[in-house]
Amino acid sequence: MAFTAPNETYSGKVYQVEAGTEKTFVIGGENVLPFHSFEGNVPNRPVIAYEVQDVPPEDWPDTVKKVYDGVSGNPVTWAKHCQDKLNAKAIALRLIGTHPDRENRSAEEAAATVKEVLAAINVPLIILGSNHIEKDTSVLVAAAEAAKGKNCFIGKALEENYKTIVAACLANNHKLIAMSQLDINLSKQLNILITQMGFDKEKLVTDPMCSALGYGLDYTYSVMERIRLAALTQNDVTMQTPMLGDIGMYAWKVKEASAPESELPIGGSLEPRGIAWETVTAGALMMAGAELLIMRHPESVKALEKFIDELM
Amino acid sequence: MALSGVEIFKLLPKTNCKKCGHPTCLAFAMKLAQRQASLDLCPDVSEEAKKVLGEASAPPIRPVTLGTGDKAVKMGEETVLFRHDKKFVHPCAFAVEVKDSMSDSEINGVVEQVLNSEIDRVGQKLRVDAIFISNASGDAGKFEGVVKAIAAKAPAVPLILSTTNPAAAEAAVKAVADKKPLLYGANESNADAMAGIAKSHKISLGVAATSLDSLTALTEKIKGLGVEDMVMDSGARTAKEMLRDNTYIRRAAVKKGNKSVGYPVISFAQRDDVMLETLIASLGITKYSSIVVLSSVERWKNLALFTLRQNIYTDPQVPLQVEQKIYKIGEPSADAPLMITSNFSLTYFIVSGEIEGSKVPVRLAVMDTEGLSVLTGWAAGKFTASKIAQFIKDSGIENEISHRELIIPGYVSILSGAIEDKLAGWKVTVGPREANGIAVFLKSR
Ligand code: B12
Ligand code: SF4
Repeated sequence: MAFTAPNETYSGKVYQVEAGTEKTFVIGGENVLPFHSFEGNVPNRPVIAYEVQDVPPEDWPDTVKKVYDGVSGNPVTWAKHCQDKLNAKAIALRLIGTHPDRENRSAEEAAATVKEVLAAINVPLIILGSNHIEKDTSVLVAAAEAAKGKNCFIGKALEENYKTIVAACLANNHKLIAMSQLDINLSKQLNILITQMGFDKEKLVTDPMCSALGYGLDYTYSVMERIRLAALTQNDVTMQTPMLGDIGMYAWKVKEASAPESELPIGGSLEPRGIAWETVTAGALMMAGAELLIMRHPESVKALEKFIDELM
Repeated sequence: MALSGVEIFKLLPKTNCKKCGHPTCLAFAMKLAQRQASLDLCPDVSEEAKKVLGEASAPPIRPVTLGTGDKAVKMGEETVLFRHDKKFVHPCAFAVEVKDSMSDSEINGVVEQVLNSEIDRVGQKLRVDAIFISNASGDAGKFEGVVKAIAAKAPAVPLILSTTNPAAAEAAVKAVADKKPLLYGANESNADAMAGIAKSHKISLGVAATSLDSLTALTEKIKGLGVEDMVMDSGARTAKEMLRDNTYIRRAAVKKGNKSVGYPVISFAQRDDVMLETLIASLGITKYSSIVVLSSVERWKNLALFTLRQNIYTDPQVPLQVEQKIYKIGEPSADAPLMITSNFSLTYFIVSGEIEGSKVPVRLAVMDTEGLSVLTGWAAGKFTASKIAQFIKDSGIENEISHRELIIPGYVSILSGAIEDKLAGWKVTVGPREANGIAVFLKSR
């Protein structure tokens, strides 16, 4: 007997969002669940951006820090290395050094870093603040101005500080990343608030908040799946944004990614364990709907690209 | 497919005799439809009705068990496509491939890895579940020898015997039939013989097809031959095919009631690139495989895959929790520090792990926050000053310790004053925010 394929037809579709000016990338555009090309259209691959910081990665575990030895002292050489040597399709510049508990760098310094990095690369740039609610407003406004005309992704706008960041993205023609904390309703509400300011919903990317394998991944996974289902099955236009998985920052923070084998014998060899932690976190969230992934280790990125090749 | 109350009613005696304890047959039918009553309560129901209702109430994916005893692996019985709808039922099993063409020492090495793979994570025991023995040599005698040797070395570990040669299958199955292995490799050309072996030894049969059409034909044929416990391989090998076939199969079984594909799925993740293999296995975990076959089981890879499986298969409505009580870590004397945290499993295991690492004996008071983390519990009103004070008072700890100092998590420092107000004679000390600061904090006191 023949098998009747139980295809779904969805009423909704994910917006397509483009970044960059010279070399560009496009994410989203699909009218089906992730990689379901057997029943619909999946025009674009997920994009992986390499994470680069405005300050050296002192707090990163050795496994991933040592990969950037010699280039990570300066965001420009670091970003160029990722683009030229690692073939990065995008760079995510995290202005973590602006955090008041860190180097407390000023908004002007951050803007200067953004300019320098932009001058050195031709792939799209994603600009991230330090997730400090007040500081990010001045830092991201300055960064958005410094990057005017470069069609960057800028984030993250939170419910507590979105207004100034949205205004800066509007004025300088950037795309915006909006983050809420692991709750589909909060995420929807933030998207609505942002579009009510006149921001085009098709220029928005949602970050439902990432979490690492073993440390809340189940929550991120299900929130992403639910957001995507709302977009497709209910044709909810406020939920049809592509989604971001800010993978590296969460995956490399947990014990499994940094504890030596002597401290964690059940985890075996540290180096592949750290890489696997980042890789598996990314792979799982990609299956839930993340199509822009920010990652750190080149081996993780390589494995994920091969996985995407097999899935497309 | 589930039947409606009215459809069930049509099959009942319609005498309203009340022997089932319900006022009418219709009322009873409604209860049956909601699965709140069992058919045997009606003494007069016909055999015909029993058969129809039995089939309709069977789970859309047949339960199949691999192996016997404590380490047996249950598969099937899934009812949904997305974990937020309802908890996924049986965590997918990991099987490592051993080829009968490998050297004895290589084989022993892998079997050792399987035997030593068990770990404890957030209170659950996790391990490599099965060994997949393939007849790569093509030699029936060799296959039987390797199967016997592995069964002797790892008597409790469930086995999957992979061969398409009925003679090799018969010999190997016979040697280990009491362990209820899965015989994998029934295809279009050997289906009759393989079904015969599975049936005579009462074991389950793995069906190896080349497409969903041929899979449907094969499972129907084999069912007709009297074998009901099957595990399916649609022939999907790339990630793209795996996602497509697994999705189609799960949808067809769960949403369309297609019984021909209502069996657990076996997937093959083996790749030369071990990180890619880890990702293919992750795909199997998230997207509906019941068994994932791996080429190797390094500890780091196991830990990542076990953890993902645990994340995907936990109940999305009920976080993993530990019991509310005062746990002793090390051998705390009467003046050892007393710390408090929430009963979210993850929180408890991180915090207790750090305390153990510090080697400082401690009493850890774990309060029931309904499985919420410290901060979430606080925000939800379950980790509050009055609840903490009440818990400490009721616990009787005051009789056990010589001091009156309670150490609270740094993230809820705001609670310290209010707890002191409610716990007369107690002093509250604010600990570090992150658990990784606990060792230094304890040692420097
Ligand atoms: C996952 C999550 C959820 C999950 C629940 C997970 C769970 N089982 O608890 C869900 C989605 C259900 C949820 C719901 C809510 N959440 Co919530 N949630 C989170 C999130 C993202 C992670 C929490 C977590 O799992 N942490 C991991 C565990 C291990 O952390 P922990 O228990 O705090 O333990 C650490 C430390 O406290 C320390 N520690 C623990 N015990 C002890 C003891 C001692 C003595 C010491 C020294 C240290 C120590 O060590 C641990 C590791 O470092 C946080 C944000 C974040 N990134 O932290 C928000 C967060 C906790 N949630 C928050 C809120 C407000 C809520 C809600 C009220 C509303 C909402 N929509 O989010 C609801 C309330 C739930 C309810 N039933 O009403 C807020 C809390 C507000 C605050 N600080 O003011 C947070 C901080 C997010 C935010 N910034 O807004 N949440
Ligand atoms: S016992 Fe059977 S026949 Fe009697 S009322 Fe109940 S369902 Fe009807």
